[in-house]
Amino acid sequence: MNRYTVAVLVRNQFGVLNRVTSMFRRRQFNISALTVSETETSELSRITVVFSGEEASKQQLVNQLYKLPDVCSIKEFNDTNSISCELLLIKMKNELDSREEIKSAADAFGAVTVDYSKDCMTFRLTDSSARIDDFINLMRDYTILEICRTGSVSLEKGSTTIRQIVNL
Amino acid sequence: MLLSGADILVKTLIEQGCDTVFGYPGGQILDVYDSLYTHQDKIQHILTAHEQGAAHAADGYSRSTGRVGVVISTSGPGATNLVTGIATAHLDSVPMVAICGNVPTTQIGTDSFQEIDITGITLPITKHNYFVGSVEDLADTVREAFMLAVSGRPGPVLIDIPKDVQVAKCEYLPKPPVERMLPIAAKEKRIREAAEIINEARRPYIYFGGGIVSADAQAEMLALAEAIDAPIGCSLMGLSAIPTSHKRFLGMQGMHGHYASSRAMQKADTVIALGVRFNDRATGNRHKFAPGARIVHIDVDGSELCKNVTAYCGLRGDLKPTLKQLLPLINKQSRPEWWAKIETLRKEEKESIDNREGMTPRNVLLAINNRLSENTPVCTDVGQHQMWTAQAIEFSRPRRFLSSGGLGTMGFGLGAAIGASYGTGERSVLVTGDGSFGMNLNELATAVRYNVPIAIVIMNNGVLGMVRQWQTLFFDKHYSSSVLDRSTDFPALARAFGADGETVTTLEALENALDKAFSTNGPYVIDCRIDKDELVLPMLPPGGSMDDIIVKAGV
Repeated sequence: MNRYTVAVLVRNQFGVLNRVTSMFRRRQFNISALTVSETETSELSRITVVFSGEEASKQQLVNQLYKLPDVCSIKEFNDTNSISCELLLIKMKNELDSREEIKSAADAFGAVTVDYSKDCMTFRLTDSSARIDDFINLMRDYTILEICRTGSVSLEKGSTTIRQIVNL
Repeated sequence: MLLSGADILVKTLIEQGCDTVFGYPGGQILDVYDSLYTHQDKIQHILTAHEQGAAHAADGYSRSTGRVGVVISTSGPGATNLVTGIATAHLDSVPMVAICGNVPTTQIGTDSFQEIDITGITLPITKHNYFVGSVEDLADTVREAFMLAVSGRPGPVLIDIPKDVQVAKCEYLPKPPVERMLPIAAKEKRIREAAEIINEARRPYIYFGGGIVSADAQAEMLALAEAIDAPIGCSLMGLSAIPTSHKRFLGMQGMHGHYASSRAMQKADTVIALGVRFNDRATGNRHKFAPGARIVHIDVDGSELCKNVTAYCGLRGDLKPTLKQLLPLINKQSRPEWWAKIETLRKEEKESIDNREGMTPRNVLLAINNRLSENTPVCTDVGQHQMWTAQAIEFSRPRRFLSSGGLGTMGFGLGAAIGASYGTGERSVLVTGDGSFGMNLNELATAVRYNVPIAIVIMNNGVLGMVRQWQTLFFDKHYSSSVLDRSTDFPALARAFGADGETVTTLEALENALDKAFSTNGPYVIDCRIDKDELVLPMLPPGGSMDDIIVKAGV
């Protein structure tokens, strides 16, 4: 099993996310993370999907996605050709004996305190998927109240863009 | 010109060259039917007995002509009744446009009476589908649907039109019929690679499917076969693309294919696959499929390359321009040794051919075969009769064998035969089984009402023959739910619908019945009794390879 990050540039129409994710379901891929947003052009949306699977099935999936009339372009990303990041919000229980340790860990990771009360503290961290995993693992030693984490957003390094593949 | 959505829809259909639609009215499509009424001098509507029959009829119309078949239904159950028909067209890449009414936009999502999310339901079985939210988008949506249906790899497209969009008015400007997206050849580099492999071949074999018919690339394929002196075989969907009598043609291969065709493919060192998708019914065990061969695969749909069988060289491109560019790069060859082998295989096939006398399936089909003109569309349902028909009938023109290959839809045949008759202006032949015919026989009412000439031959063995065959061979003769034990009197049934028919038990009686069937103005039903233990042979057991082929019963 390999882990893949694929960005799909689509026509910004209702139902388009369903068309794309339905293709994953039909080929029995489980989506690990998903982000969708409008792009620099309002007619186009960008869907970034992270999933695991075999190379041949992944290629078949990409080939099938290309057949959807709403799909304009597809880009596959890996660690060397792209920059990716995720966003994490994590709510920790605020207790006297762990407070300082949690705060120094958050400082070390560059997490920002976005909410603070007598009972809890909430941090925001924007980083690579792996770094966010590390931070969450570290927090497991204390009491995690709630986690919310986005999918990956990815862009290719250098001046090439996803739109240049199709000359949009 | 300020027109209602319903009028815009009908005018756009006419503008796109559509003169025949099949369908069934209902509450949320009434405006469209009102417009069909006022435009009946330009577009005829064929009312079927059931929306499924209408979908199969539109499919049969399209398969027999290559034009877009159009089916219209109301919302809810009308729309869901289309589903099997749309899926059938999808699996066999048939260009079709399905139009459904829906509840007004203000009621969408409230579970209104006869509301269904048909765009959601048909997502995986259409090339694309549309929910038309405003009347301004309607005409261009219909045009885009026609364009998508026929472009690249053809397929069905659905348009869902809410009631208020049919009523709302806007400007309509007629436009010329849409063109198919420009057929694009494969990349030049790939074509050169393919030419190199083909030029190195010693025992080439051309294997084609429905893609050759869609691309109308028969001439280019035959030119290639001539240049490299190769035999030709096809999948079920390829049948009738080239004349059965063609000297290079070995017939259909696959699970119930011709012995020579399947064997030759197995012995080939290079398989040139054109517009086929290596379905499991065609290949058997894919790991043992054509083991010594390098496969050159050309298909307009890039996702078919390396999906089922790994191609040595895969080319994504429209078959016609790709083959045209390939041909000048091919060295002319003559292969007497390869053909000596093939002639041996043909001889072996002849020896194992079923030449028993009496009411054998093959003799029934040969009797039908003698009656066919080169233009007669031959339609089937699904099961043993379908395979016997594929094996025995001799075709002379493309688009004259209509069968549900991919989805294997029992009940496809009668609707398709009606559509094919409208498409070609010819009498259709429907070969069916008592099981399949039972599924959609209500369309007899349609054939009678519109006087559609169809010679219907029910190969009646009282059982679900193909299920029984599998149970005989692989389930210790446990005939679980495959014995029909019905008392249906088919000739009486035909009469009840206003047609006529007869039961035959001998070949002489069959000949007389066929005389009537081929001269009646409308449908004629022949209830042709055959033995329940007839097998379709040869047979490649499921998951087996060519080495496991069953040629004769009990062997």
